[in-house]
Amino acid sequence: MTERHDYHVDGTPPETPENDAAAGAWAETTVVGTRQPKIDGYERVSGAAVYPHDVSLPDMLHGAILRCPHAHARMLSIDTSAAEGMPGVHAVITGKTPGADMPWYERGGQFYGKLFDDTCRHEGEEVAAVAADTFLQAVDAIRAIDVEYEELPFVVDDDKALEPGAPVVQDGGNTAGEPQVRARGDVEAGFADADVVVERTYRTECQIHAPMEPHGSVARWDGNKLTAWDSTQGVFSVQETLSKVFSLPMSNVRVIGHYMGGGFGAKLETGKYTVIAAIMARMTARPVKIFLPREDCMAVTGNRPGNTMKIKIGAKKDGTLTAIEYDSLGTCGAYRYGAGTGTLSAYLYQVANLHSVDTTVYTNAGKARPMRAPGVPQAAWSLEQAMDDLAKKLEMDPLELRLMNLATDMQTEQPMPFTSNQLRACLEEGAAAFGWAEAVKREPDEGHIKRGVGFAAGMWFYPGGPPSTVIVKLYSDGSANLNMGASDIGCGTKTWAAMIVAEELGVPLDRIQVEHADTATTQYATSSGGSKTVPSDSPAVLAAARSVKHQLVHFAAEQLEVPVEDLGYADFAVTSRLDPEKTLPVTEIGMLGRRGVIMGTGYRDPNPEGTFTVPVGAQFCEVEVNTRTGEIKILRFLGAHDSGRVLNRLTFDNQVFGGIAMGIGLGVTEERVLDRQTGKMVNANFHDYKVPTMLDVADTHECLPIDIPDNDFNSTGTKGLGEPATIPTAAAMGNAVANALGIRITDAPLTPRTIRRFLDAAGKEA
Amino acid sequence: MAKKRQSQKPPADGFTRRGFLGTVGAGAAAVAAGVSKRAEAVPEITDPEEMVPVALKINGQLHRFLVEPRWTLLFILRERLGITGTKAGCERGECGSCTVLIDDKPRYACLTLALEAEGSEITTVEGLLEGEQLGPVQQAFVEHDALQCGYCTPGQVVAAEGLLRANPSPTEREIRVGMSGNLCRCGAYQHIVNAVVAVADNEESGGAS
Repeated sequence: MTERHDYHVDGTPPETPENDAAAGAWAETTVVGTRQPKIDGYERVSGAAVYPHDVSLPDMLHGAILRCPHAHARMLSIDTSAAEGMPGVHAVITGKTPGADMPWYERGGQFYGKLFDDTCRHEGEEVAAVAADTFLQAVDAIRAIDVEYEELPFVVDDDKALEPGAPVVQDGGNTAGEPQVRARGDVEAGFADADVVVERTYRTECQIHAPMEPHGSVARWDGNKLTAWDSTQGVFSVQETLSKVFSLPMSNVRVIGHYMGGGFGAKLETGKYTVIAAIMARMTARPVKIFLPREDCMAVTGNRPGNTMKIKIGAKKDGTLTAIEYDSLGTCGAYRYGAGTGTLSAYLYQVANLHSVDTTVYTNAGKARPMRAPGVPQAAWSLEQAMDDLAKKLEMDPLELRLMNLATDMQTEQPMPFTSNQLRACLEEGAAAFGWAEAVKREPDEGHIKRGVGFAAGMWFYPGGPPSTVIVKLYSDGSANLNMGASDIGCGTKTWAAMIVAEELGVPLDRIQVEHADTATTQYATSSGGSKTVPSDSPAVLAAARSVKHQLVHFAAEQLEVPVEDLGYADFAVTSRLDPEKTLPVTEIGMLGRRGVIMGTGYRDPNPEGTFTVPVGAQFCEVEVNTRTGEIKILRFLGAHDSGRVLNRLTFDNQVFGGIAMGIGLGVTEERVLDRQTGKMVNANFHDYKVPTMLDVADTHECLPIDIPDNDFNSTGTKGLGEPATIPTAAAMGNAVANALGIRITDAPLTPRTIRRFLDAAGKEA
Repeated sequence: MAKKRQSQKPPADGFTRRGFLGTVGAGAAAVAAGVSKRAEAVPEITDPEEMVPVALKINGQLHRFLVEPRWTLLFILRERLGITGTKAGCERGECGSCTVLIDDKPRYACLTLALEAEGSEITTVEGLLEGEQLGPVQQAFVEHDALQCGYCTPGQVVAAEGLLRANPSPTEREIRVGMSGNLCRCGAYQHIVNAVVAVADNEESGGAS
């Protein structure tokens, strides 16, 4: 229902209570930073883990949603009588059903859409829903609903949405909000000052999140209490929406999402399907499960917008940047969202003169949603290829060009120092590990198989922060329970959190139980998105563990009759620093036994004021291009990332490789195709929409963490990784292909057809 | 503007059960028609009275069901037997989340009708456990962190198991080709390859299992 910032809280700054014990930086670690398999690996590989899609409740009904087959249409009539009489059918709802006539899509306190809207603004808009004994019966029933539509003219190309006479998607025109402008200095003077200028227009295509678990929810009512098992990145966000739309106190809404099969941003906001399931569950007094068919997931649950980005960069002969002009166009689909890409050009490199405009337009297509570093991989595709172009024109090594222009501070209106920015180390150490210097010297290939190398840099702009509350409980036998609200969306949240408790309290990992992502039983956390779960929640975990330790030391002090100041905590015992004979194993602390549990609460401290925190990275790759077929083979990829302290090296590697895989999708294989004749998505399936397979990723992957804690940012010294890991990937491949072919291919994805098109245009022989 | 009706009422001369069964050779298309919008002809709603008995040997145990002929093996496993390790990702034979072994061969349970699976040995990810102990492929997946969200993982594990049963010492290339029918959107591919290579080595040297 709500249009919300998915990554941060606007308005009132989060309130952060004082922690019991100061959570300063670790000097050295024994668990944190090691390679640890997931603590819930057993559940995930054995089939024991129950994902929301696996939830089956007694008496449960199955729902299906009827969707508009047209890109733009007005519903004239709807007849559900046949469906209502079909076998197994218990509920049929439309926008006219009492309780289902609900507003949806909010902007600035005003609703501008409905749960079931008579005007369908894109293919797949919700028209009606059915709950039946089995899913197939529900599908049979929605097919028997008779709908009469008046088809309306539509526009699906973002570059045509602003043309005079273009079909209007939303009242008020097809510009989705005022274009966002970033400006500093004087770009005209900057370009006048430049010795060399490069200018080109780049294009990326629309990418679909496509998490492996479809979108869906199971809803159950008990009187006026609602429980939802939801495949979501944020249980508290879903709780808030459900409590609003059903006018329930938050305490009457429980949302559970222990396991969830991926989101990448598509599962940050509450889905219509969750509310529709809840409406039908209330009508039938039975639990209702709705999981969307894959085709619907592809068409309506979100996407990374395609973008057209015009970029112009000027530089002095020595390589110093003098100006950047940037103009980006993208579509949010039929409902409001920002399709901007301007951040990276504005902040990655030090440049005094900047003018950047982001324009977002409405089209008759599925709504865009934040997708893994929204806007930034597209931005890298343009900026980082333009930087390579510039280096070529300057006859400089592209690595040297970047190193001499690194941002020295965050160039916001009031410039702010970075708490840390190890991009120099990412580039230099990454280049060394990759063997960049030797690789670029390689002689061009004679035959039709051309090898090339390339790299790109990236930066991410959501640091994370409060609020986050975590509870750690130590049981009398010395084992522990960790209670936190964050969703583990695949990033190993439970595991790194347990590692922090193990590090701090000395409890072995296999004696730590983690309870999470349940609004009724776990502590508040913001949604897992924005690469901010580690930097937001890990300091709260540390503070909770420190609180337990603090209490244990105090109880030990009384028992040992030694002043607290003289006691140290090591090897799961409290020991006098002056007299090592005076020692008490934790499990022999009397108060622990008498209470049965010692509980510590930890809060996320506020971020430092007047500074800015950016995870950064650089990725290098080597590719082979077949100039006859236009096919690309990716030989190797190396990711060098500064995300502050590394908590779990095994998971860190996995995140970097996974980010690269998704970046390969954006750069090489993935593209939503909308049919211009009908406005319909023609590849809403995994056969025609090419998520990279094991054969499409690189032959070898290497991960090089720049493991330097950012202790000025938070107590664990951590920054985010999940999104930064996919930012430079496509651009690095673009540069490698340009290196291989000697021509710049400005359009992603680098499909054989696109590569051949550019080779043909350049007059290059096959 | 043109007015259009959206209705897919079953044709009056719809499929008979016999006729429908006659088309299961094109099982994939028939099943996909149940859930996709691409259907050209929609079979008549199967009369629940006309359910068919089927006996399926799943993880070594024989189970008897009365099924609608259109029910898939995936549906039986998840919705009737209640073992949900086998995941539903696309239900159209494209993602591999529902991979099971049918007579030792990896197969998509979403494209296998329950009736087709009669008489075969069906093994799901749960069937690879030895009591409560993980099997060697499962253990390797944990140790090599060959997963992120874990939703595709049961399918990946079963696909790897099937590959290794057919070819105990696959090359890395054979692993990539053999498992390219299993999508992992989190992109844990490198770690999956590492895990399978480790098990393959172990089996060669008579190690883990």
